[in-house]
Parts: sequence; C-alpha cells; structure tokens
Amino acid sequence: MIELRFILEGGDFDRAGTASSETKKILKQLNIDPRVIKHTVVALYEAEVNIAAHAYRGEVTITVSDHQIVAVLKDEGPGIADIKRAMLEGFSTASPKVREMGFGAGMGLPNMKKNADVLEVESTPGSGTTVKMIFDF
Amino acid sequence: MKIEKIIQLLDAKIVCGSHRISDDISNAFSSDLMSDVLTLDAENMLLITGLANVQIIRTAEVAEIHHLVIVRNKKVSEDIVELANELNMILIESPYSMFKASGILYANGLNPLY
Ligand SMILES: Nc1ncnc2c1ncn2[C@@H]1O[C@H](COP(=O)(O)OP(=O)(O)OP(=O)(O)O)[C@@H](O)[C@H]1O
Ligand SMILES: [Mg+2]
Repeated sequence: MIELRFILEGGDFDRAGTASSETKKILKQLNIDPRVIKHTVVALYEAEVNIAAHAYRGEVTITVSDHQIVAVLKDEGPGIADIKRAMLEGFSTASPKVREMGFGAGMGLPNMKKNADVLEVESTPGSGTTVKMIFDF
Repeated sequence: MKIEKIIQLLDAKIVCGSHRISDDISNAFSSDLMSDVLTLDAENMLLITGLANVQIIRTAEVAEIHHLVIVRNKKVSEDIVELANELNMILIESPYSMFKASGILYANGLNPLY
C-alpha cells in the first residue's frame, strides 16, 4: 500500500495540479491501467482546482492498494450549503478571475462523479468540505 | 494531419516540442473553457485554445493531450514553456483567431472531436 500526501492553498492557481501531476507519475510507475490513471488524475485535478477556486486551504491524501485508489481532499473553507445543487451541471459560484482562467462552468463535480467509481461529498458550511473518491481497478 | 502541415496552414511557430512535428493528429477541439476540455474522452487530440496560462498545460497533462495550438497571437511565459517541455508536449502559436484557425483546419480535412 502506498500513501501520498499534498498540501494545497486556496487561490494558488500556479500550483493547482501539482498533486495530480505527482500522483500520475507514481501511478504510471506502478503500471496501473492508463484508463484508470486518466480517470483518477482528471477527477483529482477537478478537486484540486475546486480547492484553489473555492476554499482556503486543503490536504490531499491518496492511498493506492491492490485493487483501488482512494483520494480524500479535506479543506478548510466556506463549505457547500446545498450539495445536491452543487452537483448539478452548470451550477457555479466561481469568481470572474476563476472564469478568466478557463474554469467556473459548473462541470467539475459532475465530471468527478463520472470519472470516479464512488464520489462522496461532505460539507459543513462555514467550516469546510471533504471530498472522497474511489477508483477501482 | 501532420503537425508540420498544421503549422504551415496556421502560419504558426513552434514554441517547444519540435520533436513532435511529424506526429499525426486525428481530430481537434477548440475551447477556452478547460472545464469542458476535462470532460472529453479523446486520445491523440489537438487542443486549440486562446488561453496562454499554466492551466492549459495542467489540463492537457491530465487529459492526455500532447499537442496544443495557442491562437490570437497569445504568448506563453517561460515557466509555461518549461513545464510543457518537461511533459513532452508540442506548443505552437498562431496569429489567427480561434474561428479562423479552426475553420482552416476543418476545411483542410482535420476532423472535429464531435
Ligand atoms: N471545495 C469546495 N469548497 C466550497 N465550495 C465548493 C467546493 N467545491 C465545489 N464548491 C461549490 O460547488 C460549485 C460547483 O462545483 P463544480 O466543481 O461543479 O463547478 P465550478 O468549480 O464552479 O466550475 P468548474 O468545475 O466547471 O470549473 C462551485 O461553484 C462552488 O460553489
Ligand atoms: Mg470545479
């Protein structure tokens, strides 16, 4: 079993994606099916960008075992008041700055759901959000 | 379509990754919205974009895209070039608008992704 850990800062768009990038390298070294790698890193990148765009700081933990990859992204931030609504395609509260960078279409959470075998979102408004994703192989 | 033909058709110049000049591309997608690019399921795809930020490289990395055209005469910075190089991508810059660049490639037989 392998465990990877990354710290993320809200608003840091230059570094958003480095956890996905590092994870991709390790998964490649482990010879995991390229399709599983792609699903994992796309969903992980969406979740990383969400922390950069919507939260203050966060911690990513990736665990790779024999038959699955588990990614947990725990952030301190404003949280999500209505998770059902946030999961809808097109729902976004992204700032104009985030939109200028090519994000904020309200596609991230639906895309994470599409790419992961399991997606769980837990949130306490005013405190933070935890996203857990499982990828089976 | 070979990258070298794309360069010629778009009056473009290579920023990095010239070893990929003879790669053969089967289809293309034009977008300034990385949210959309991340939902695509494609391999060996050309991404045409009017953005020139680090997010296009990160998006391409996770989406397994290795060929990017940056239109509207936008210039990428040194650190972006360095990252693209590290990730084994070819970046080309064209002075044409996204509409013009896409139209020319389409008219010359490059397939849309959908
Ligand atoms: N970690 C988070 N903390 C607080 N709010 C979040 C977080 N993740 C998502 N949200 C909320 O859920 C909404 C929808 O998220 P989603 O990722 O689907 O879209 P987006 O980030 O707005 O745009 P896109 O992902 O297309 O760039 C966000 O606009 C935001 O309001
Ligand atoms: Mg998002």
